[in-house]
Amino acid sequence: MTQTATLDRAPPAPEGVGAVDPHRQLEVLQALRAHLPQDCLLAHAEDTRPYECDGLTMFRQLPMLVALPRTEQQVASILRICHRMAVPVVPRGAGTSLSGGALPHAQGVLLSMARLNQIVSLDPVARIAVVQPGVRNQAISEQAARHGLFYAPDPSSQIACSIGGNVAENSGGVHCVKYGLTLHNVLRVRALLSDGTVAVFGSQALDSPGLDLLAVLIGSEGMLAVATEVSVRLLPRAQLARCAIASFDDVETAGNAVAALIGAGIIPAGLEMMDRAAVAMVEPFAHAGYDLGAAAILLCESDGTPEEVADEIERIEQVLLKAGATRISVSCDEAERLKFWAGRKNAFPAAGRVSPDYYCTDGTIPRKRLGEVLKAIEAMETKYGLRCPNVFHAGDGNLHPLVLYDGSDPASRARAEAFGEEILELCVRVGGTVTGEHGVGVEKLGTMCTQFDTATMDAFFGVRRAFDPGGILNPGKAIPTLARCAEYGRMHVHRGQVKFPDLPRF
Amino acid sequence: MDPALSELTERVRAARAAHQSLCIRAGGTKDFYGNQPRGERLDPRSFRGIVDYEPSELVVTARCGTPLAELEAELAARGQMLPFEPPHFGDSATVGGCIAAGLSGPRRASAGAVRDFVLGATLLDGQAQVLRFGGTVMKNVAGYDVARLLAGSLGTLGLIVQASIKVLPVAAEHATMQLEADEAEALARMNTWAGQPLPVSATAWHAGRLTVRLSGSAAAVRAARERLGGGPLEPAAAAQLWYDIREHAAPFFQGPAPLWRLSVPSSAPPAQVAGDQLIEWGGALRWLRSSEPAATLRAAATALGGHATLFRGGDRSAGAFTPLAPSLADIHRRLKGQFDPDSIFNPGRMFKDL
Repeated sequence: MTQTATLDRAPPAPEGVGAVDPHRQLEVLQALRAHLPQDCLLAHAEDTRPYECDGLTMFRQLPMLVALPRTEQQVASILRICHRMAVPVVPRGAGTSLSGGALPHAQGVLLSMARLNQIVSLDPVARIAVVQPGVRNQAISEQAARHGLFYAPDPSSQIACSIGGNVAENSGGVHCVKYGLTLHNVLRVRALLSDGTVAVFGSQALDSPGLDLLAVLIGSEGMLAVATEVSVRLLPRAQLARCAIASFDDVETAGNAVAALIGAGIIPAGLEMMDRAAVAMVEPFAHAGYDLGAAAILLCESDGTPEEVADEIERIEQVLLKAGATRISVSCDEAERLKFWAGRKNAFPAAGRVSPDYYCTDGTIPRKRLGEVLKAIEAMETKYGLRCPNVFHAGDGNLHPLVLYDGSDPASRARAEAFGEEILELCVRVGGTVTGEHGVGVEKLGTMCTQFDTATMDAFFGVRRAFDPGGILNPGKAIPTLARCAEYGRMHVHRGQVKFPDLPRF
Repeated sequence: MDPALSELTERVRAARAAHQSLCIRAGGTKDFYGNQPRGERLDPRSFRGIVDYEPSELVVTARCGTPLAELEAELAARGQMLPFEPPHFGDSATVGGCIAAGLSGPRRASAGAVRDFVLGATLLDGQAQVLRFGGTVMKNVAGYDVARLLAGSLGTLGLIVQASIKVLPVAAEHATMQLEADEAEALARMNTWAGQPLPVSATAWHAGRLTVRLSGSAAAVRAARERLGGGPLEPAAAAQLWYDIREHAAPFFQGPAPLWRLSVPSSAPPAQVAGDQLIEWGGALRWLRSSEPAATLRAAATALGGHATLFRGGDRSAGAFTPLAPSLADIHRRLKGQFDPDSIFNPGRMFKDL
C-alpha cells in the first residue's frame, strides 16, 4: 500500500444512486397500496426529500418510495411484495447513521421503522425490556430508571437514535469499555427475513441452539433481516459515579497513561481522550473547565458503590500521576461530573461552530499505537491543508478525528474525504480497523478494500446470501464488490501478495 | 504459511478431493458434547502457541492447538483471565476446542459468554481457504461479525485455526458465601441480586443450598458480604467448589443418569420435571439429571422460554440439541453451504442434516 491519496478525484458513486424511474415507481406503488393504508406510503419528491440522507450528509439520494408501516404485519407485506418484484429495501431507524447506512436506493423502497415505537414490556425482575425497533435508545433507560436499571450502550446520539438502528450498527458509546456494545446487551431479535417470513434470533435465555446467528445479525447494517422487536438486557445502575480529568503535556504520555491504567487492572466506566485542538474547540462552547494548556486531557470515570469508587479514584489518581499527569481534578458531585462530560459529549456541535462542515472518521487502533497515529494525523493536516481535532474513546482504542472542511468548496470536500481515508488506511496498517462503531455504510466501502482480502469479502457475500438470497435488503452497503475495490484503487496487500492479481493496476 | 497450518490446509484439500469427511478433534475432552462425531480425525494440535499477548491491550491471540491451561497460566501470570471462565473437561483441552464448543463457566451470567470475548478468528474453511474475520481491537464493525459466529459452531463451518480473545484483570478480592434456600426462594434471590449493583460473579443452587461468589475491589466485596449475609467459605474450599461445578467434578454430575442442560430466562419458575437439579447463572442455567424422554424435557424448557440440550450420556437419537425453527434451519444450511460446500467438517455433530 504505497499509493497516496489523490486530492481531486470524485468518490465512486454508491449503488442505487441516480434518477427514480417513474414507471417502476407507479408499478411498485400500486402493488404496495393494495396492502397498506394511504398514509403509509410517500412517493412525491417533496415528501420523500427528508429521507434523502441520514447523518452522513455528504451523500444524498431520493428514494423511489418511502414506506412508513405501523405494524410488523405491514412490514411483512412490504417485504413480500418487494421480494416478489425484486425491489431493493433500505431499512431506516432514526436516520442518525454517520456512515450512510440508510442512504436510499433510487430503485428502492426506504423502509422507515419509526412508527414501530412502543416499549412492549419491561420486566424489572428478569431485567429485560422488549421494545419495537423505533424506540429511542435513551427512552429505554428513562423507563428503566424507576427500577434502578438502565440500558448500557450510550452512543452520543442516544437521545435520537433508535434501537433498530443500534442493532444494525452494533452501536457503542462512551461507557462500552466497561458495559459492552449493543452485541453484549441484546438478548433476542425478532425479525423479518427478506421474503417477509418471521425469524427469531436468540432468546431471553442466555443462549440458543445452533449457530449464534444473533451475533452476526447485530452490526449487519440492515442487510440480513429487518428487526421488528428487540429484547435488551437491563443492568443495575451504579450507586455513584465520579469522573477524573487529567492533563498531559504530550499526547504520547497520555496514551501511555491509558495503557498504565489498564495494566494496573483498572477498567474504568468511561475513558476518553481529547487533544489540544479538540479542547480548544470545545471549551469556549461547553465551559467544561478543561485545561487549555494541556497537549491532551483524559477523562476517566469510576462507578460503583461509594466505597468502591473512593478506592478506585484513589488508584486512578496514583496511576495517572505516576504516568506523568500534570494536573488532575476529580468531580466532587453529580453536577460537576456532568459538566466534565458536557465538553466531550458536545465535541461534534462544537466542531460545527468552528467550521462550516466536519467529517467524523471512526477508526480503531491498538492503544499502544496512539501516539504514533496522532503524530501522523498532525502531519496529514499540513498535507491536506485542513485542521483535525481528535476525540478518542481511549479505553477501547476508537478514534474520532474530526476533519474540518468547507462543504461549499468541492476541493475542500474532496481533500476532507481523502484525509479521512488516509487516516483509516493508517488504522488498518497499525493493526486496527476502518470502523469501530459507526459502520461501513457507503462511506467506508473504499477503505474496506484495504482491510479484507477477496476470499474474506466473498465469505461476507456468502453470509449475506444465506440470510437474503435475493439480495434485496440494503444492497450496496457495508461490503464492497470486487469491481468497487478495483475502482477505489487501493488494494489490501497481505504478506506482499497483491489482492487482485488478475486486474489491471491504475 | 506456517508449516503446521500448511499441512492442515493440505489435509482439507485432500479430504475434499476424496469426498471424505473430517472430524476435528484435538484433546478429545468434549467428545461427549453434541451428536456422535463422524469422519476421519483431524488433529490440529500441531498448530499451537500464543502468537501475541499484550496485557495492556487486554487481548491475547493464540493458535487453536494451544493448551487451554497454558493460555490461562500465561494470563494468570499477568493478573488477567478469560472472563467467561471456560470449563476444560480434561487436561488436554485446547483454545480451539474452547471457542468451537462455546461453553462458558460460572462467570457467564455476570461477565458474558465465549462469543462476547472473541474479537477475531481465522478459519480454515471447506475449500481450504484461510479466512480472517474481526481483528484484535475491542470495537470493530467492519464486515459481518463472523468471528463471533464461529464461537459455539462446533467445527461445522471449518477449523478455527487462531483466535483473538479479549481478556480482563482478575478481581482484587473474592468471597464465597452459602445460604439455605429452597429452589423458588433461591431463584428469587439470584434475580434480585442481579438487579442490584453488587459484585456477584457466580451463583449456584443445589439441594437447598444457595452459593454466591463475589469478585471485585476489596471495598465492594466487603460491603456486599455484609449485605448478602450467609456463611463464608474458606478461600481454598470456595475455589474447589467453583472448580467442581465448572468442571462437572461435583457429586451431582457423577453417575449414569443422563445430564440435561436447560437454558431458560433467569426468572423462569422452577421447571416442572422429574430429576435432581443444579442451578447456575443466576437462574438461567438449570442442570438436570433425568431419564425423562427428550420430547418431555424439551417441551418443558420451551414452555419456560428456553431450550434443552442432552449434554452428557443418555440416548442421543433425538439429537443432542433442540431442533431449529424452519426459517433458522434454512439459514444454517445455507451458511454451511457457503463455508463448507462439500460437507467435510464435523457432519451431523450439531444437527443431523448439517
